[in-house]
Amino acid sequence: MAEKSQGAPAKGQKTGAHTEADGGHHGGGFPPFESSTFASQLVSLVIAFVALYLIVSRIALPRVGGVIDARQNAIEGDLAAAQKLKDESAAALKAYEADLASARSRAQAIGAETREKLNAASEAERKTLEDQLSAKLAQAEKTIAATRETAMSNVRGIAADAAGAIVQRLTGVLPDGGALNSAVDASLKG
Amino acid sequence: MKIDPIHQFNIEPLFTIGHIGNQTIAFTNSSLYMFIAVALTAVLMLGGGRQLVPGRFQSVAEISYEFVASTIRSTAGSEGMKFFPLIFTLFMFICVSNLVGIIPYTFTISSHIIVTAALAFLVFFTVLIYGIYKNGLKFFKIFVPSGVPIYILPLVMFIEILSFFLRPVSHSVRLFANMLAGHIALKVFAGFVAMLGVSLGAVGWIGGILPLALTVALTALELLVAFLQAYVFAILTCIYLNDAIHPGH
Repeated sequence: MAEKSQGAPAKGQKTGAHTEADGGHHGGGFPPFESSTFASQLVSLVIAFVALYLIVSRIALPRVGGVIDARQNAIEGDLAAAQKLKDESAAALKAYEADLASARSRAQAIGAETREKLNAASEAERKTLEDQLSAKLAQAEKTIAATRETAMSNVRGIAADAAGAIVQRLTGVLPDGGALNSAVDASLKG
Repeated sequence: MKIDPIHQFNIEPLFTIGHIGNQTIAFTNSSLYMFIAVALTAVLMLGGGRQLVPGRFQSVAEISYEFVASTIRSTAGSEGMKFFPLIFTLFMFICVSNLVGIIPYTFTISSHIIVTAALAFLVFFTVLIYGIYKNGLKFFKIFVPSGVPIYILPLVMFIEILSFFLRPVSHSVRLFANMLAGHIALKVFAGFVAMLGVSLGAVGWIGGILPLALTVALTALELLVAFLQAYVFAILTCIYLNDAIHPGH
């Protein structure tokens, strides 16, 4: 407060060049309430604020907003493309699986068919073979039977001859054929 | 040593621009810092490049954009985006100039009531003119809250009208007083350090550690306040504009 006496003359040029003196007397000297500086501040504020408003509204915000929008679009586009590719690959996988399943079932069908065909063929072959064999067997049996018959009839003849010869030797009489035959037959049967 | 915490608010004319009537219009230190705020904001918003993947510089610009845009959308709806440039300009101008003002030896333009009052009245008249332009007489419904019994309605209307016209006062004084008080407190505590050192010598320098620590803490607090007051100013602008866009809420 010692400067109060000096403060009074400095009051005329209050613009703050002589600040020690201004600080001395509060109230009138408090800078934010010094109305003589208001006009200068307002003029500068209007110029600065309008300039900033024009820069912000004409250049800065459209530019930054455009960059943000472009990024958003790029991200959305990339995501959509990725989704599309994913869908495509899923569809391809599904198609592949369907193809695989149908190929497998077709392979099974072909296998079953082939197996059946082969079975039928082998069955038929077996049958013909069996038939042939059984035919051969039957023929063989027939041959055996015929041979046996022949052999048997030969045996009878031999037996009758032998019996006639034996009787002639023993009795000296040649027995008649009929009796001889019936006797041989009776002994063969027995 | 004398502490003069008011000295930092002095307006120093740098050169004279012209005269309006008897008033001398000078380019002052305040004007200089206004244009510094404008230039810094312009550099910040325009210097960042336009990459798809932003760098740090570009990120700051985009974060500022998104921050203000989301503030408007959440308080005034998507119709409030009409005022995006205005609110963005207010926010950036106040925020940048406040932050610059924390640097020692700089000037804080929002520590002058005339500046904050001018900005507050800009908002006030924008609300008033746009509200009446858009809604006509329906705009005055904001003074008549719905669901109030008729016998206390005059009282409520009186309070509503009073609070509406006091808005520019509270809007401007809040910012002005916060910046003024913060800077005075900073100056006082910083002054203690020097004063103790000069008057008490070695003991004083040791004793000065406490006010120095307080000054550091206050600087951090002031950084927060600088941003917060800009945000409060912007969000109050949004809320007031919301009245103009949607009266009768």
